[in-house]
Amino acid sequence: MNINRRNMIRASVKMAVAGTLGLQASRVMASPEDTAKALAAFAGDATPTAGTITLTAPEIAENGNTVPISISVDSPMTEDSYVESVTILAEDNPNPEVVTFHFTPASGVARASTRMRLAKTQNVIAVAKMNDGSVFTDTRNVKVTIGGCGG
Amino acid sequence: MAAKPRVKVPKKASAGYIITIKTLVTHKMESGQRKDKEGNVIPRKIINKFTCEFNGNVVFTCDIDPAVSANPYLEFSAKVMESGTFKFIWLDDDGTTIETTKDIEVS
Repeated sequence: MNINRRNMIRASVKMAVAGTLGLQASRVMASPEDTAKALAAFAGDATPTAGTITLTAPEIAENGNTVPISISVDSPMTEDSYVESVTILAEDNPNPEVVTFHFTPASGVARASTRMRLAKTQNVIAVAKMNDGSVFTDTRNVKVTIGGCGG
Repeated sequence: MAAKPRVKVPKKASAGYIITIKTLVTHKMESGQRKDKEGNVIPRKIINKFTCEFNGNVVFTCDIDPAVSANPYLEFSAKVMESGTFKFIWLDDDGTTIETTKDIEVS
């Protein structure tokens, strides 16, 4: 009862703050904890090691609304050894999750490209999970001239 | 809203060859972060999942979050061993799907 009430008050205060801040509230960025949480949700207990995966992203993105990115993972892609999935995280976006690719041995090679939104200059992280549970990562810093979120 | 998706798959390939598939579907990908003129948040409406099947077997799937650009573009690979049909499915937040197929001749 008490806790419920406390939560209710907290929620209403939050709403009021969000209301008064208006535009700013929409630009709230993900905290480092959110990124860590998203990473843990994807990788589990495994500690990501650098290498094996390559993330390609532009050094400077003029338009944060559409930033081309591609990933490539070094793997034979056979039934015994293949890349299960690759996730892309953006540290300073409102939500760190961007996209998660799920591969199968029928993919042939673990390669994929897409276009993403970036709110501001930040690190983009790619994390690959292999079928044996090992996790690899690569990071690129992308400078953004015009942000692609909110507004 | 659901416009015809554009998919590029080679018409012919040799068995065991790894082909590149490019897909693009017209969709606003409303992120749920934007506001309209009155300051109300525009509700999120995005494509949240993409699946590519070949002769009924899943080749590639993709979970999509609001940080993917409008008109989501996806490029990926597939290893073809036999002739058949690729099926592409995009799943919208509102439960609707956009589907298309492409045939490939493998020699």
